[in-house]
Amino acid sequence: MRGYSFSTVFGRALRGHRRWPAAWRSAEPARAYDVVVVGAGGHGLATAYYLAKHHGITNVAVLEKGWLGGGNTGRNTQVTRSNYFWPQSAAFFERSLELYEGLSRELNFNVMLSQRGILTLAHSHHEMEALRRWTNAIRINGIDSDVLTPAEIGKLVPLLNLDARFPVHGGFIQRRGGISRHDAVAWGYARAASALGVHIVEQCEVTGFDIDQGKVTGVTTNRGSIAADRVCICVAGHTGVLAAKAGFRVPITSMALQAMVSEPLKPCLDTVVLSPVIHVYVSQSDRGELVIGGGADGYGSYAQRGGVPLLEENLAALIELFPAFSRLRLMRQWAGIVDITPDTTPIMGPTPVRDLYVSGGWGTGGYKAIPAGGETMAHTIVHDAPHPLIADFGLDRFETGALIDEGAASGVSH
Amino acid sequence: MLTIPCPFCGERDEAEFRYGGEALQEIPQAGASDAEWADYLFNRDNPKGLVHERWCHSYGCNQWFQVVRDTVTHRIHAVYRVGEARPVLDDVDGASADTGG
Repeated sequence: MRGYSFSTVFGRALRGHRRWPAAWRSAEPARAYDVVVVGAGGHGLATAYYLAKHHGITNVAVLEKGWLGGGNTGRNTQVTRSNYFWPQSAAFFERSLELYEGLSRELNFNVMLSQRGILTLAHSHHEMEALRRWTNAIRINGIDSDVLTPAEIGKLVPLLNLDARFPVHGGFIQRRGGISRHDAVAWGYARAASALGVHIVEQCEVTGFDIDQGKVTGVTTNRGSIAADRVCICVAGHTGVLAAKAGFRVPITSMALQAMVSEPLKPCLDTVVLSPVIHVYVSQSDRGELVIGGGADGYGSYAQRGGVPLLEENLAALIELFPAFSRLRLMRQWAGIVDITPDTTPIMGPTPVRDLYVSGGWGTGGYKAIPAGGETMAHTIVHDAPHPLIADFGLDRFETGALIDEGAASGVSH
Repeated sequence: MLTIPCPFCGERDEAEFRYGGEALQEIPQAGASDAEWADYLFNRDNPKGLVHERWCHSYGCNQWFQVVRDTVTHRIHAVYRVGEARPVLDDVDGASADTGG
């Protein structure tokens, strides 16, 4: 792989940017691999990358039924943060944020991480108390987090209407939180993994698993059978569909999570603002568009489109908090299918089928977990034992009752 | 936008209803194992296609009932009251998959 640098960009610019080489190789599927990863979204690509980078396992294929990064990796609102409540979540998501902080250098691909801070608002005295508790828990976990007064919030976000229908009583900020470019994360991992020898096969849908005496031996696809020593499912909203093909059930309900962007504006909002109670979050992208989201549509769905009632709810909350945005037009609105677990904590690790692993249950917050998700899944696949950071995220927790009821996972109340 | 035909009140807007998840989970017998309880409490079929699910008309009659809905098209194929037999679905041409249960 030829590294990207100032000199390569400058050199190509002098030649009119002609004949840039493809960033990654589009491979034909081979007959057999050491590891097959199902799903070329952020988590699948990161898992393949760390298998090759940290463990020297390069005979790996990432199979994608659509196109690379075309699922939730390309549909989320790009927020990265680690302001979680429980120690297990905090340790895992903090590791992910640390990896994000060095990701552009690691991948030689600019993921445009902007640590502009993520501000969570409280709209009542009681909510403020809950938020102080949340903030303290985060600080005890060793992660940055500060309570802000309404005056401090007003200074930080001048456009915010503090005297809204539900007045702003205060909030807290994780200053290291922020946004990055989600496509770049997928493309960066794809390029780096491909350079290490990983096969990325698009338009290759896994239609079933070959299972012999309780052990997975390969996958069947629309492009033929592919043998594999180990298989990892990284398919977000379709985790339950693939689990059914492998003969087991998972505690997941798939729902549509929608997001939308406004027309581009001059810079006016340099913080991610989130209100859990009136149900909206907003940030401004580098292109100037306001990126807006809220909770998931409240029923099971595999349709990648959001319903109008929730769209209205999100926008009503937005213009109550930011009256200045009321005249903007929306450019696009879309949805991704998210896999929501009962405790809003991901499901990572082994499955009832030997050598078949799952990385799913990411719900509404998988994007921020991509680097640590890939790193810990690669370790888990290689050692056939969960990485210490995800030891409590296994499917077995639903049987033992050791749930990690992470209300902070979604950031908004569902 | 869903329009849900409440079996008591007729067709109403989705905003009047509350979703109650998949129906037809069978309650384990006394003495069931932890695994059977976990399966009942947490695991779901979560099908891509027809699903039997519970809804409550919370801003209407406040009654729970069951809906057969396609999770891809969002089309509602049948509604039935709690205790009624599962409807026989002849017209499932528009359904996304044959996972009727």
